[in-house]
Amino acid sequence: MSNVAKAVELHEFSEQAVSLASNTQQNSKTPWLADVREKGLATFKRMPFPTRKTEAWKYTSLRALSAENFHRPAQQFSIANAEALFEVEGLEALRVVFVNGEFNAELSSPELLSTSGLNIIQFADANESQQKTIKTHLANVSETERNLFTALNAGLIDNGLLITVDKKVRIERPVQLVHISSQQPENASVFARCLVVLEQQAELTLIEQFVSTHETLNTIFNQTSEFIIGDAAKLNHYRLHLEDESSIHLGGVYVDLNRDSQFESYQLALGGKVKRLDVLVNHNQPGSHCEMKGVYLPKHEQQVDFHTYIEHKAAHCTTDEVYRGIMADKSKAVFNGRIHIHPDAQKTLAELSNKNLLLSNQAEINTKPELEIYADDVRCAHGATVAQLDAKARFYLQSRGISRQEAEIMLSFGFINELLDAMPLVALRDKLRPLLAQQFTSNAALTRHLLDKALAGEGQAQGVEA
Amino acid sequence: MLTIKNLHANVEDKNILKGLNLDVKPGEIHAIMGPNGAGKSTLGNVLSGREGYEVTGGDVTFDGKNLLEMETEERAREGLFLAFQYPVEIPGVSNLEFLKASVDAAREHRGEEPMDSVAFLKLAREKCKAVNLDQNFLKRGVNEGFSGGEKKRNEIMQMMMLEPKLCILDETDSGLDIDALQVVAEGVNSQRDPNRSFIVVTHYQRLLDYIVPDYVHVLADGKIVKSGGKELALELEEKGYGWIENGAA
Repeated sequence: MSNVAKAVELHEFSEQAVSLASNTQQNSKTPWLADVREKGLATFKRMPFPTRKTEAWKYTSLRALSAENFHRPAQQFSIANAEALFEVEGLEALRVVFVNGEFNAELSSPELLSTSGLNIIQFADANESQQKTIKTHLANVSETERNLFTALNAGLIDNGLLITVDKKVRIERPVQLVHISSQQPENASVFARCLVVLEQQAELTLIEQFVSTHETLNTIFNQTSEFIIGDAAKLNHYRLHLEDESSIHLGGVYVDLNRDSQFESYQLALGGKVKRLDVLVNHNQPGSHCEMKGVYLPKHEQQVDFHTYIEHKAAHCTTDEVYRGIMADKSKAVFNGRIHIHPDAQKTLAELSNKNLLLSNQAEINTKPELEIYADDVRCAHGATVAQLDAKARFYLQSRGISRQEAEIMLSFGFINELLDAMPLVALRDKLRPLLAQQFTSNAALTRHLLDKALAGEGQAQGVEA
Repeated sequence: MLTIKNLHANVEDKNILKGLNLDVKPGEIHAIMGPNGAGKSTLGNVLSGREGYEVTGGDVTFDGKNLLEMETEERAREGLFLAFQYPVEIPGVSNLEFLKASVDAAREHRGEEPMDSVAFLKLAREKCKAVNLDQNFLKRGVNEGFSGGEKKRNEIMQMMMLEPKLCILDETDSGLDIDALQVVAEGVNSQRDPNRSFIVVTHYQRLLDYIVPDYVHVLADGKIVKSGGKELALELEEKGYGWIENGAA
């Protein structure tokens, strides 16, 4: 009975999505993207709505999606003290802020348009040559067939964001792309898009940050990013999903690596009602390097689902992928990491490691690292572990007078600390440390030692001295 | 300081300690020697309250209080310190964080304020130097990637920071070369104090050349079967444990 009812509802979801897409097509600010939308929508229509039997969605329920969600978010909003939601002290970033999917000039940096070699523009405002760039790349990397929500995103592209960096230009200041979600009068959906094109030998640091007001969210959020990294160019990337636990996010990052280019990415996801993130990296030409470090921390009844796909299509490329997750309470996570070595990808070096810590008997992790190798001269390794807190380590801390509670928090934090410490942006790391520590407890007495800045700072200074 | 009366303890339902008696007064150093499997390490684990070590009989009084009723962390805060035979590696938790949390826990237990971070750092560096550990170790993960000797020196360094009343050294000499052994022994000797006691658990007499005990006890089959002065250690070194075990049986 309930199964039948569910099936009808899901069908309605798709129907509503299609009707929104045709509405977008008719009233678009970017009529020149009609082909992209049409293609995306056609793919979406072809793809069956996932059920528990669909391999890529086996462990992530989509029951939270409803047909009621296809309203446009209300555009009038006022968020008290919005900066506090995303501000990172000392970061000196160029901020591009979107509120419920709409660009917000007030919260964004005024000097956005005056940084030499860097172009940040909304699709609707693109000039002819920018339109050409967009049309060349948009929805090409994202291989919409892999994920129907990426296809749907393509079908709904209206006014995305284009970021380009000119040849041989290194942008010193990080670009901080912030998406703020707030509660809506009616259930709504936001489909956002970002396209980054780095020309030859360009370098950019991009932070994609998702935050929300602390009200209950009733928006389906889908943000799809595509990065085209030119020859010998480098993108330093952060994707931080820090939204409220009521959030629904179905997004992804799609990357094309060209000759000798680099993609260094740090991904962090707190749990949500549904949080599914797909990361696809194509090593298209020889000599490219991909380094990804990811952390997921669901608690309560939240979930997080990471699907990563690394496609080694050319020789002499390297991948180093490390994801760690800590699941508390009744939360649930999925990590599915696939490295695919194509026949021409000789001399590939690829490593994938996924470690998980379960803090409760009712928490769940479904991890599946996959290696598919069609070349014969490569070095690849993959591994996954699932463990509980180490009783020996806990006893050691307790035997020095540290309470069991504080010991457990120190050990939990220690499990992800290494990945956090690897972030080159110190200001961001300093912002995230307390935020992540608070995921384990709201009692500041239990986190004060691991957040003692004097110890962290001095310890490092000491290291340099020695 | 510490009085153990007729202590019985099980590990995984196996009876390991079978009526152990020991009386340690302030300022004394007691060496406990014995063959493998006699229960030497079990004693340290039982006294520090490790899970899985079940006391089935007897009493332990520490500084006038019932030790066996306390949680592991409470015992530590009261001044009991166990230097581990195999200190565990804890990547991701820095030595500094860990040490500060330990020091503060003991201070707060005594009703004192947590230590000022700057004063703490100064002290930590000093103690690091005293046991000949590179200051770099302070910011690294607890024991992470440390050699055997470095781990043992880190134990002694923690002991110096925490200034406990009673230190139990559980086979601290195992796996150490002579140089490392001397550093560890010097560290221990520097902490000798009329109000601080030591229980030195070891398989070999060698350590006792450097840390000279007031009493030597032989632990065999879960009981102290012979006690004597420091010369007993030399006798054991010469004759082995066989004659005592046979005598006891």
